[in-house]
Amino acid sequence: MKILVCITHVPDTTSKIQFTDNNTKFDKNGVQFIIGPYDDYALARAVELKEQLGASLTVLNVGEADTEPTLRKALAIGADDAIRINAFPKDSLFVASEIAAIAKENNYDLILMGRESIDFNGGMVHGMVGQLLGMPSVSPVMKLDIEGDTVKMAREIEGGKEYLEAKLPLIAGCQEPIAEWKIPNMRGIMSARTKPLNVIEPSQNQSATAVVEFKLPPAKGAVKLVDKDNVEELVKLLKNDAKVL
Amino acid sequence: MSILVYIEHADGAIKKTSLEAVSFAHALAQQTGGGDVVAVGLGTIAEDQLAKAGEAGASKVLYVKDSNLDAGVIQAHADAVAQIYEKVGAETLILATSSLGSAVAARLAVRLQAGLVSNVVELPDLSSGYQVKRSIYTGKAFAVTTVDTAHKILAIKKNAIDLKTDGATASVELVSLDIAQANFATTITSTDQATGEVLLPEADIVVSGGRGLKGPENWGMIEDLAKVLGAATGCSKPVSDIGWRPHHEHVGQTGVKVAPTLYIAVGISGAIQHLAGVNSSKYIVVINKDPEAPFFKAADYGIVGDAFEVLPKLTEAIKAVI
Ligand SMILES: Cc1cc2nc3c(=O)[nH]c(=O)nc-3n(C[C@H](O)[C@H](O)[C@H](O)COP(=O)(O)OP(=O)(O)OC[C@H]3O[C@@H](n4cnc5c(N)ncnc54)[C@H](O)[C@@H]3O)c2cc1C
Repeated sequence: MKILVCITHVPDTTSKIQFTDNNTKFDKNGVQFIIGPYDDYALARAVELKEQLGASLTVLNVGEADTEPTLRKALAIGADDAIRINAFPKDSLFVASEIAAIAKENNYDLILMGRESIDFNGGMVHGMVGQLLGMPSVSPVMKLDIEGDTVKMAREIEGGKEYLEAKLPLIAGCQEPIAEWKIPNMRGIMSARTKPLNVIEPSQNQSATAVVEFKLPPAKGAVKLVDKDNVEELVKLLKNDAKVL
Repeated sequence: MSILVYIEHADGAIKKTSLEAVSFAHALAQQTGGGDVVAVGLGTIAEDQLAKAGEAGASKVLYVKDSNLDAGVIQAHADAVAQIYEKVGAETLILATSSLGSAVAARLAVRLQAGLVSNVVELPDLSSGYQVKRSIYTGKAFAVTTVDTAHKILAIKKNAIDLKTDGATASVELVSLDIAQANFATTITSTDQATGEVLLPEADIVVSGGRGLKGPENWGMIEDLAKVLGAATGCSKPVSDIGWRPHHEHVGQTGVKVAPTLYIAVGISGAIQHLAGVNSSKYIVVINKDPEAPFFKAADYGIVGDAFEVLPKLTEAIKAVI
């Protein structure tokens, strides 16, 4: 069994979001980059499946050289080898078509990734890869087990979940509680240094959208505090000022 | 030019976010000098419900009445919408950003060779090309994005537009499609869904509780207030991690992103990852006993106090005025 996990390289969830170059570029100054939290769940589940079923596990990122520490971290968590498609990820179609090209060559049985990246929140790549490869894609998946060639999943829907089954090969966009995030141990970190990280040039170069400008939302005004013994005042504000009651 | 809108339904009623997508399409059609707004519904939906799409701005509703499509099988829905899109000769597809909608849209983007933008928050700016504003960094920023393809798909974020309710009744036309069996490669074996409750991602008011509530036995207070307000209930991540509340109530960076007009947070500290899920709310009320809780910085109104004391009083006071 061959598993591919696609990961994003994104700002830590506590980062201050700022832009430079006339609001056309993300300001990386002082920002810590991490494996996307949803991708991290996908990776954690893949490591469990690898241990359980004896699979090979490849991680892939479409990104420039500065994403390599993030790929090394995925190797430390338990992936066997890594692929970096050497390109700035222009949009979802760009990323999806590069992933699909690699997947076509390598015949993975299972392709996992996060439900969405936490920078652009598109939530599209799994579906696009699925369509490009003619494979089913399921997202957001919160439980995934493999029995023989059958994949049993739970998918989150508004207000609950849906249970589904499909045959391999399959693509899933993952979220919690599919597995618990794994923290690399010392042995993992040491072995990650010598695991293969293959850099491949992009072969498809497709995109359909482009960002022309970033914007920040207007700053929030100060909070209006109401005394705890005067909740009627809050009700009045909600009714008359905010007009939400 | 025709615009197609993919509408979703829950418990036989069209989702509010899908009606917003219809209103968005209507406004977009006006902006480009008219054109048909055709809505498509899949599965089993009452015809009077479908007519609601007319009130929201659709000129016509195509109804693919097929019980095989009742379950939201992603590939099958994508195939059905693609067939309808081609039949109608549409140039743009509008839908709501949602669990099913986003998954369907992604497949369609490839199949229809259409540029796809999700979490769209405003009507496109057509003054220089086709520029769409979308929410990114989980609500912490926006990106103005150009769409370079002839065909376009926009997945709309909740509250991007005011819902239109004064449209004319739309004609409902039955359409039958041949959907290849291969599109049903994933089988939905069962669903486990709260019925009759207000759905969290759709809710206009959300009452959310955090670890400050001490235990699941204290959620009655949250539910009482939610009931009075007709609100959905939510929670912070640790609350769903410990199993006090079901996972689909978890709000934040890694959970549901809500965009209500009113978000009431009780006993939640306001960690940046929680705020990421609520920053599209119009008004935020915070009740926390710690005056230094970071949530107050993101709030419009706040009460520093013990939830166990404040919440029942607030529920009574609200009951008295509505
Ligand atoms: C990558 C990542 C992703 C994450 N994603 C999410 C996410 O999606 N959603 C999320 O919520 N969190 C998320 N978190 C966790 C987040 O960092 C916080 O740990 C979490 O939000 C805290 O939950 P809480 O406010 O309920 O609990 P606490 O931080 O423990 O806060 C409890 C609050 O209750 C108040 N309180 C206590 N007793 C009372 C009382 N009697 N009356 C009134 N107030 C009281 C306290 O003053 C305190 O402010 C994420 C973390 C990481 C690292």
